[in-house]
Amino acid sequence: MNTRPLNSEPLEAEAPDRLYTVTGGRGDAEDPALDSVSLVVAESDPGPDMQSEHADILRLCVHPIAVVEISAELRLPVSVVRILLTDLLDTGAVTARHPVPSTTSSPRKGPRHDPDTLKQVLLALQRL
Amino acid sequence: MPSNASDAPAAAPATGRFPLASTASNALKIVIVGGFGVGKTTMVGSVSEMRPLSTEEVMTQASAGVDDLSAVRDKRTTTAAFDFGRITVDATRVLYLFGAPGQKRFWFLWEQLFTGSLGAVVLVDTNRVEESWYAIDRLEHHRTPFVVAVNRFGPGPNLDAVRTALDLSDDVPLLECDARRRESSRDVLIALVHHLARYRPPTSAPEMSS
Repeated sequence: MNTRPLNSEPLEAEAPDRLYTVTGGRGDAEDPALDSVSLVVAESDPGPDMQSEHADILRLCVHPIAVVEISAELRLPVSVVRILLTDLLDTGAVTARHPVPSTTSSPRKGPRHDPDTLKQVLLALQRL
Repeated sequence: MPSNASDAPAAAPATGRFPLASTASNALKIVIVGGFGVGKTTMVGSVSEMRPLSTEEVMTQASAGVDDLSAVRDKRTTTAAFDFGRITVDATRVLYLFGAPGQKRFWFLWEQLFTGSLGAVVLVDTNRVEESWYAIDRLEHHRTPFVVAVNRFGPGPNLDAVRTALDLSDDVPLLECDARRRESSRDVLIALVHHLARYRPPTSAPEMSS
């Protein structure tokens, strides 16, 4: 009972090695298209040869789920999740629904928020 | 109930997730920014439809040097923890609420995660007003519209005094709240949305094209 269990240390203690392994040593995904609240949806089931983090993501994405939610569920930093998601996007295993910019711009008035978006947000808040 | 054992999720951590509708396609962001212990997590939790989640982000190469990060130049990585909740708006839209630390060394979160936010709430503790100066300065610099909410822990200075202490211009809404109360936190967010509807970014280059 005194044997120290493997892989049970908190993320902080093992972060450098683990993050290196998880991402295959790659740096930041540099994919500006994948926003922190892009909603990710699985398009296929996890495969038997799949990296475990990829399989975990696919299981989480049965329903749309934001990038930051995947990060919280898997206890991985957001930028690491972005890299993993880029792999899955490349193979078509997931698709992403990106945020639509809420600003419209007119030459005279400059950028302003889309009135319908603001109205719907207001109604949702008033329902709380 | 002996037959339920195999129904347990295989790998995903069991955190009682409350999934989005399958039609959800457009996520919006509002950031609640403030110092430690000012009530950001409390505010997120009081209005979120799910139990707030926490996660962290590490500063990537791309963010280093983008802003004034001289304070962290010598550190190899900076990690910032933050939490968030969400409110479903309609069949396609969902609003994410982030609670984020306002200190200088954590501002890379704005570059990496919070771009495109509708706006921000600066949550202020009147005993530590100075902790809000940096956040307000940055938001003005990024032209992110914001309101300022004083989380009341007890008697304190009136709002005019707070406005003066924050050197806040008259067009920035300033209100009191009790972040523990859902209606109060909701009213802060409603004030922000009203502000967004009125907001026009200041024109830095007032040149006429013709």
